[in-house]
Amino acid sequence: MNDRMEPVVSVRDLRVWYGTERGAVRAVDGVSFDLLPGETLGLVGESGCGKSTLGRGLLGMLPEGAQTDGEIRFKGENLRTVSRSRLRDMRGPELGMIFQEPLTRLNPLMRISEHFEEALRAHTPGISKDTVERAALEVLGLMGIPPTRYRSYPHEFSGGMRQRLMIGLALVFRPAFVVADEPTTALDVLVEAQIIRILHDLRREFDTSLLLITHNLGIIAEACDRVAVMYAGKIVEVGEARQVFRDPQHPYTRELLRSTISLSTTGLNYIPGAPPDLTDPPPGCHFHPRCPDAMRVCEELDPIDQELSGGQRVECWLHGPDHLIGVDGRDRLRVREELSVADEA
Amino acid sequence: MPTKPEIQGTAHAPKHRAPDEVLVSMQDVEVYFQLRGGSMARLLGMDTGSVRAVDGISLDLRKGEVLGLVGESGSGKTTLGRALLGLVAATGGEIRYAGQDITKLSTRHLRRLRGDLQMVFQDPSAALNPSMTIETAVGHPLKIHGLASGEELHRRVADALERVGLSPPERFMFKYPGDLSGGQKQRAVLARAVILDPVLLVADEPVSMLDMSVRAKILQLMLDLKRDLDLTYVYITHDLASAKFFCDRVAIMYLGRVVEVGRTEEIFADPKHPYTRSLLKAIPEPDPEKALPRDLPRGEIPDAASPPLGCAFHPRCPEAFDMCGWERRDLRALIEAHWTRHEALDFETERGTIANLDDLDEPSHEAVVAAGRSSSPVDVEDLLHRIREEDADEPLWRGVEDMTLTDGGVRVRFHDGADPRLRPAGGVEVACHLYPEVEPAAGEGPAS
Repeated sequence: MNDRMEPVVSVRDLRVWYGTERGAVRAVDGVSFDLLPGETLGLVGESGCGKSTLGRGLLGMLPEGAQTDGEIRFKGENLRTVSRSRLRDMRGPELGMIFQEPLTRLNPLMRISEHFEEALRAHTPGISKDTVERAALEVLGLMGIPPTRYRSYPHEFSGGMRQRLMIGLALVFRPAFVVADEPTTALDVLVEAQIIRILHDLRREFDTSLLLITHNLGIIAEACDRVAVMYAGKIVEVGEARQVFRDPQHPYTRELLRSTISLSTTGLNYIPGAPPDLTDPPPGCHFHPRCPDAMRVCEELDPIDQELSGGQRVECWLHGPDHLIGVDGRDRLRVREELSVADEA
Repeated sequence: MPTKPEIQGTAHAPKHRAPDEVLVSMQDVEVYFQLRGGSMARLLGMDTGSVRAVDGISLDLRKGEVLGLVGESGSGKTTLGRALLGLVAATGGEIRYAGQDITKLSTRHLRRLRGDLQMVFQDPSAALNPSMTIETAVGHPLKIHGLASGEELHRRVADALERVGLSPPERFMFKYPGDLSGGQKQRAVLARAVILDPVLLVADEPVSMLDMSVRAKILQLMLDLKRDLDLTYVYITHDLASAKFFCDRVAIMYLGRVVEVGRTEEIFADPKHPYTRSLLKAIPEPDPEKALPRDLPRGEIPDAASPPLGCAFHPRCPEAFDMCGWERRDLRALIEAHWTRHEALDFETERGTIANLDDLDEPSHEAVVAAGRSSSPVDVEDLLHRIREEDADEPLWRGVEDMTLTDGGVRVRFHDGADPRLRPAGGVEVACHLYPEVEPAAGEGPAS
């Protein structure tokens, strides 16, 4: 990607928390990243790391009671602070969301044509049926849905087709920024591969910037330019996908890759323990109790965002800065906290 | 490259069992579900058709092995797994276990077998009663079968929890499923499954609801349980990567049939069925140097109530040829795919050429593409020729015997095709016309 390009989305120190009886759940805890035009950024991490909360938070789709802080800069506006009605106007033409369960998002009583008419009319009152049809058929064609099915009902489509429909509905406006939350998790292998292909081709067809949330590292490798690894509400590593997969710099990224069962798996690896309770995460680096490389400094001080070569960023004391690590700060944590097998996600 | 972990301590010891002792033998197992149809159809007693969830499967399960049933949703893998335990009634064939045919057993007799045959389900949250403590849930089978009570029950539950890594047991016994994480719940489900000391465990997607970082832990636990308790597994999954690691043999399923079966190493090293090959190519690998191929099979698994003629995979198969069973519905899909690729305007002008695509929905080796009101049979022929020129490599054309003009349109006749049966190819068995079917020599029984 071109370094001089202006980012479409620029997130700075975003925080999202929920008040509960046990205290605040800090689901997103100071996240910063940029998304360039036409770029696909993968967001990966275990369940309960705040991935979905971050994705929804960017589009202002958080449930009641969620508190936010920080900045989400999009085309000169701060999405975090714009009015609800402004945000509603932007959803569709500027901002899109693709969910995991397509059937629950389509109205079973409405034909596909009516879905498109409703969506487009909400933002362009008085748009003619023909114009809607032409726009819809064009995007459906790119999704591989025959024009003969335009007047069908959602139940007449297979699961994979419905997900294509949802993607088509999100993209018919050619929005500048789309969040896709586990878009292929409910699908079969071959259909998943078809959808990944579509997402992969998005940048060429639509010039849309995509945040792709998934727990599947294979999908990231396949469809993303860059990857951000999230742990306990923080982005612990972000960089060019190839680079991060080839040479992960954060022990969490490395262990996550090692624990993934792929066709080349010859032995089972896993990360002991589970992501922490976000009301009371461990002090210092949140990953230190599970980290095979944990040092004394890791349980004492919060790690600092370090920029490595190639624009890769990592929050891990292994990468310094040295002047902040005390004399015995690099000592191995003597006993890595004994984690019972059963303390798992 | 070894795909199975070396288990220390057993490498030098000879296996104490015959390697090929058959534990369960399935012969032509069928599970058909009758469709209800409309009220009128039922009133008139019309045949409303059936879904062939499992359509004539013969497989032997050997003692001590891990057999994988691998396929997409709708392949019948779960139904077959359930039929193995008598949880769903087979409508045909037989399943022999311990000298009896499970499909013929009464519920009462089946219940007696439940101690031997256990199942682990995909969603551990749904498999555990939310209002039962873990102790009650895990001890339930012992109680129901009247095998233990009181102190004895408590002790055996504690042992089972210990065995699945939920230790110390006191920490988990009095908890409710809601207090446990997904992985812990699946451990509890496994504890309940092994508490009756079963022989066979049918595990239906036991790790697919779990986080990547936990999957390996549960699979490792299952390997440990298998070794310690001398279990045999049927592992049902859509995930080829875990099947490759976990299974001794795999059966690849498609639309109620086994399309390829053999030793895991062999199937993964040299997949024979085009479906198996596609599945393997379609797995997104966490390796940025590998990219998904462009030639992925189109479409999705078809409706089992009205499966394709010939080989069920032919409409999606990149290697299909004349005898694979081409038919009317494939022609419809081809015309629709043509319009999908083109501008909306072309569709506007061309849609009138053909009278009604819905006429092509019945399965038949012959199709009449009727001309629309304002077009002639020659226009239809031109359209079909244009489609053919666009992609001459399209496998469907290999199945066309002839195309003739008729009064109202174009008649397309396809080769009859045939439904491929399983046949040996290399060291595996595969149901595909790409491999010649060898008749077993006289006097020789069919290979299993």
